[in-house]
Amino acid sequence: MATKLVQWLTVFFLVASIWSALLFDLIPIRLDDTLKEVIWPFPAYFLVVFGCFSLGTIGYRVATFNDCEDAVVSLKEELEEARKDLASKGFTFS
Amino acid sequence: MPRSKADKYSILLPTYNEKENLPLITWLIVKSFSESGHDYEIIVIDDGSPDGTLEVAKQLQDIYGSDKIVLRPRAKKLGLGTAYIHGIKHATGNFIIIMDADLSHHPKFISEFIRLQKEEQCDVVSGTRYAGNGGVYGWDLKRKIISRGANFLAQVLLRPGASDLTGSFRLYKKEVLQRLIDSCVSKGYVFQMEMIVRARQFGYKIGEVPITFVDRFYGESKLGGSEIISYAKGLLYLFAST
Repeated sequence: MATKLVQWLTVFFLVASIWSALLFDLIPIRLDDTLKEVIWPFPAYFLVVFGCFSLGTIGYRVATFNDCEDAVVSLKEELEEARKDLASKGFTFS
Repeated sequence: MPRSKADKYSILLPTYNEKENLPLITWLIVKSFSESGHDYEIIVIDDGSPDGTLEVAKQLQDIYGSDKIVLRPRAKKLGLGTAYIHGIKHATGNFIIIMDADLSHHPKFISEFIRLQKEEQCDVVSGTRYAGNGGVYGWDLKRKIISRGANFLAQVLLRPGASDLTGSFRLYKKEVLQRLIDSCVSKGYVFQMEMIVRARQFGYKIGEVPITFVDRFYGESKLGGSEIISYAKGLLYLFAST
């Protein structure tokens, strides 16, 4: 199976060639100049949208990161129990 | 399932200066398994700790029995991957559980790992801090941003099908872990990432259980520039090779 790098490059060249074919009249479909002006900045749009999506996703995940305060409280209780039980079984803490 | 009667779980505990934590984590593991009733053994792989971790382990062996606590010490610190290889060689279980001995992973989640493995016939069950009710105690905002950012980047580039790539609380079928270790070359927590990404690459079935991660209950955790660089290198390596 192709590596992730090859998969990415494949998609990149596919999209890039469609974009440049439309823009530079490499295929027998002639586009209006006004339409070309719309297509021209697509890569920049994509970068901005993807950047916003990334920041939004990371920001949301940081904000909703679970802090697990309860896990520490219950762990401390269990560790008390553990120390007592181990001591009663003859374990010596050094 | 009649076969499940024969299932045995070998817990690999690589230790280095864990004198304080080893008796406590052992007690918690024993408690968890006596509640769930599964057969188990704890394999302590101590890398010549100067603090006397091995003596503590011997005391625990006297209390819980040498069938439950198995000591496989090594002379000096040799790294995690080789510790697992060393541990597997001596493991008598058909499943291997890897976890940290520093109390950041709670053994109470093991029974959920086992249940999920049986329900879905998983080859690997990975604990996840990043999904469901999983989470972390003891991380400041900076640490959260870095880990979420690093994780997002890895998810985008590798699409690994697992939400926690660098976690080290996992259950493996023994032969699966053996094959993964044989094909993984990374060190540190990139090693954990490579293991789960290769598992996906080989087509193994991966299940996930949300876990709480209590970061260095005793002692301190570190995340410096060198860790971030080695993470980035590991990510690019996996990006180009899997």
